[in-house]
Order: sequence, then structure tokens, then C-alpha cells
Amino acid sequence: MKKFKEKLSGRIFFALALSSISALALITVFIIYKGAQTFIDVGFFKFIFGMSWSPGRDEFGIFPMIIGTVTVTLGAAAIGVPIGICCSIFLAEFAPSALQNIFRPAIQLLAGIPSVVYGFWGLLFVVPLIRNYLGGPGLSILAGAIILAIMILPTIITISEVSLISLPRHYKDGSLALGLTQWQTICSVQLPAAKSGIVAAVILGLGRAMGETMAVIMVLGNAVALPDSILAPVRTFTTNIGIEMGYASGEHQQALFATGIVLFVIIMMLNSLAQYITRRKAK
Amino acid sequence: METGRKAKIITKAVNLYYGERHALKDITMDIPERAVTAIIGPSGCGKSTLLRIFNRMNDLIPGVKINGEILLDNIPVYDKNADVVSLRKKVGMVFQKPNVFPMSIYDNIVIGPRHHGIKNKGELDKIAERSLTQVALWDELKDNLKNPGQALSPGQQQRLCIARALAVEPDVILMDESCSALDPESTMKIEELMLELIKEYTILIVTHNMEQALRVSDMAAFIMIDDEKVGRLVEFAPTAEVFSSPKDPRTEDYITGRFG
Repeated sequence: MKKFKEKLSGRIFFALALSSISALALITVFIIYKGAQTFIDVGFFKFIFGMSWSPGRDEFGIFPMIIGTVTVTLGAAAIGVPIGICCSIFLAEFAPSALQNIFRPAIQLLAGIPSVVYGFWGLLFVVPLIRNYLGGPGLSILAGAIILAIMILPTIITISEVSLISLPRHYKDGSLALGLTQWQTICSVQLPAAKSGIVAAVILGLGRAMGETMAVIMVLGNAVALPDSILAPVRTFTTNIGIEMGYASGEHQQALFATGIVLFVIIMMLNSLAQYITRRKAK
Repeated sequence: METGRKAKIITKAVNLYYGERHALKDITMDIPERAVTAIIGPSGCGKSTLLRIFNRMNDLIPGVKINGEILLDNIPVYDKNADVVSLRKKVGMVFQKPNVFPMSIYDNIVIGPRHHGIKNKGELDKIAERSLTQVALWDELKDNLKNPGQALSPGQQQRLCIARALAVEPDVILMDESCSALDPESTMKIEELMLELIKEYTILIVTHNMEQALRVSDMAAFIMIDDEKVGRLVEFAPTAEVFSSPKDPRTEDYITGRFG
């Protein structure tokens, strides 16, 4: 009887665990089912490299959005990665514990702010600032990059800090004992040793930036055109889906799902890359 | 000075506190140059703490206070204006476990000199060859300098760590139980190396292995905690004397107990 119970509870847990994986499988199958037709109807190259997105005229080209997504994401990385890594170094190596106790919860809180609030703040604060001081409409790559940079900070800081803290203490001691300064020790011994964790942190942050929708809808301007500067408005994969899915039908809807497939594949690749890098380190 | 050698390091009435705890009391000794001085004693008596006074690694532990006088070549180690970085260039350290950095063999060796201002590749190559030759690894490794240092055997890794310390051209080398994680053959090699190195360097070792202390050291310092759990220097004399005719009964008890 006892053995039966053991077996049964094992099965139940297995079934529950399976349901979370099957959710992934269902979503994957569903978006491919809904979107794959576009790649056939429009043509893979015409879809990916098409310059014009105009559902009314059955033109579905997402190249401007690829450029929009890439520029906004890289912009977010250019701002967020240096700040995030410096912050993790500060927390891991320099901050007295009193400061750590303020910083850590604050960073967690940053991760907990709803993205619509970021977007709202960006629209009312960052966008006018850019418009007044740098010119252009304000709704721009730069505005999106700034908002996303703040949103990916918790991911980058937390994972980088863990990989720095979990380094064996004797790396640092060994380096200091050779007469290296603390700064030389961080740059030449600790950061290289924690490299894989930090790279994984950056990649996961990029994935998060690329997948973010609500905040960027509000600050990007959403024009489907190749941007001529970082002050120009752009549209990303996510904002494209977010804006148009509400009223799309037929081929238009399919094309939005196809946009989702492209995003899905890119994010899957980023996550696998992050996992590959951390695993390789574990060996 | 019983050995007749000049003193490299002199300590006078040194006390060390971890916060409120008095860990080492009244340590006074003259450590001779170009000799091996072994610090021996039971676990937890403060041997490693004493060793780390000489390159100020205790500074990294919050709450450590040190008073008394410590002179290296007659220059105070703990002077307000003393430069810790140049002290650590002069006093190298080899740790208990090999702490090879996750980088190539070559980079492990030249990391010290590179940060101390030597940028010339040819010069760094020469330092790498010289240091690896000193620890008898050059012939084994000269064709694989780009390989990761952590792929070496533990014995080779520890010798690489010694080479890394030597590359900085120190005067003094501190070895904190540097053979305790190694097999007997590697231990033998490192002991031979020490006897080679004392022609030029002053070596201090902490060891639990009495045979090792007897084999390699010229001077032996026996440390033990007293009734108040404070580490004290019980005896400091030429090793042969400490082992054959210890002056203090506690030294005799410890050594005979150790040899069983």
C-alpha cells in the first residue's frame, strides 16, 4: 500500500512537471501552425528582407522591424551592460554590507515594476527630455534603449554578481599575493574567471530586452521605416504584434504570427547560447 | 643568531588580534636570510596567521589589529606609509591548495611581471622560461605554454604556482602547507626545489609534517596556544636542536607525539 502511494505521488508530480513542458510545446506548435503559411505565401526572403509592411495592400516585409529590434536591443546593451557589470563588481567586491542590504532589495524591486509603468515613465519623462535636448520626435530608438537598459539591469546585475561571488576565494588571494592591486585583480583575474557567467547574464538580458513589448510600444513611435539615426522612431517584432494583433485577421494575422516565429527563434537561440556557455564552464 | 646568517625578517613583540580575540602574543624572532624557517605547531595555533603577517594578507580580514615591530631588511612592514603592493612583490606566497588561475600556463606565470610594468614580449618569454626552469617544469611544458594551467596535475600546478611567485622576483617566499594537498612524489619534488631555492631566497614554511620540517628547514619555530587560547612562540632555534633537544617540555611532547 505504501509502495503504491509512493508510486502514485511520483506519477502525479511527473504529470504536473510534464504539463509545464507541454505548455512550451503547445505554444511552439500553435505559433508555427498559425504563422508558417506566411513563409510560403509571401516567401521567406520577401518576408524577412521586405521593406514594406502594409497589410492593407498585402505587403508583409519585416526588414525595418529587424533593424528596429536589433538597434533597440543593442542600444539597451550599450547602456545597460557597462552599468550592470560595474554595479555587480561594486556589490561583489567593494560595497560594505550595509550598502549591499540597500542595493540588493532595490534591484529586486526594479525587476518587479510592471513594464507598463516603465513605458509610462518613459513617455512622460525620457521622451520629452530627448525631444527638447536632442531633437526629433522624442519617440525613438534612444528612448527605447534607455528604458530597456533599466529593465535589463536586474538580470545582468544579479547573474554577474553571483558569478563573481561564487569564484573561489583563492583566486583573489593568489592575485593580491603577487602584488597586483585590487583593481588589477578584478580586471585580470576575477572578471576573466567569471567571464562565462557574465556573458550568460548579458545574453539573458538581451533576450529580455528583445522580448519586452509594453514599455517599448509607448516610447518607440512604432513607425515602420528604416531609422536614419538613434533619434528616429522604429518598430520592433514585439510592438508590431502588440499593436496590430487586436484587429488583424486572415493573412495579416498569419503574418503577425510569422513575426512571432522569428522572435521566438531568435530568443531560443540566445537562451541556448547562454545555457551552452554556462554549461561549458561547469565542465 | 645561531645559524650565523644575517636576519632577513625581524619581529619584535608582535601581537595580533581578530577583533577582541588575542590570536598571537609577543612573537619575537629573527628569521635568517637564505634559509628555510619552518613554523610548526598544533592546528589552530596561529601558524598561518603568523605567516600572513609577513605579506600583510591578514589585512584582507576585517577587524584584524597588529602591533609590535616587523622589519623586512630593516624596513618596517606595517609603517603607515608602507606600500603593500611593493611588499607583496618582495614577499611571494604559495598557498595550501594550488590556486592556478583559469588561464594559460604562460599567462599564469607572466601575470605578475606584466602588471608590474614589463610589457616587452621577449622579456616576458625570458621570465617564463627562467621561472619554469627554476621549478623544473620547463622541459615538460615548454611546448604547451598555451594550454590551460588548470589541466596540469596537482603537483605540476603547485610548482606552477611557485614559478608564478618566482616570476615576480621576490626575496622571500612564504609557503602555507604547500605540500599538504599533494602526493608524496610531488612533495619530494617541491622539497628538493626548496633546498635549491634557498641559495637565493629566504623561505618560510608552515607545515604539519614533522618529517618535512626536519628534512628541509634550518630553523624551526614552535607555536602553541596557552591556557587563554592565545598563540605564543614557545621555541625558536635551529631545527636540529628543536628536534633533538627541545628546551621546552611542550615542544618535546608535541614532537614526540607527532612522530608517534
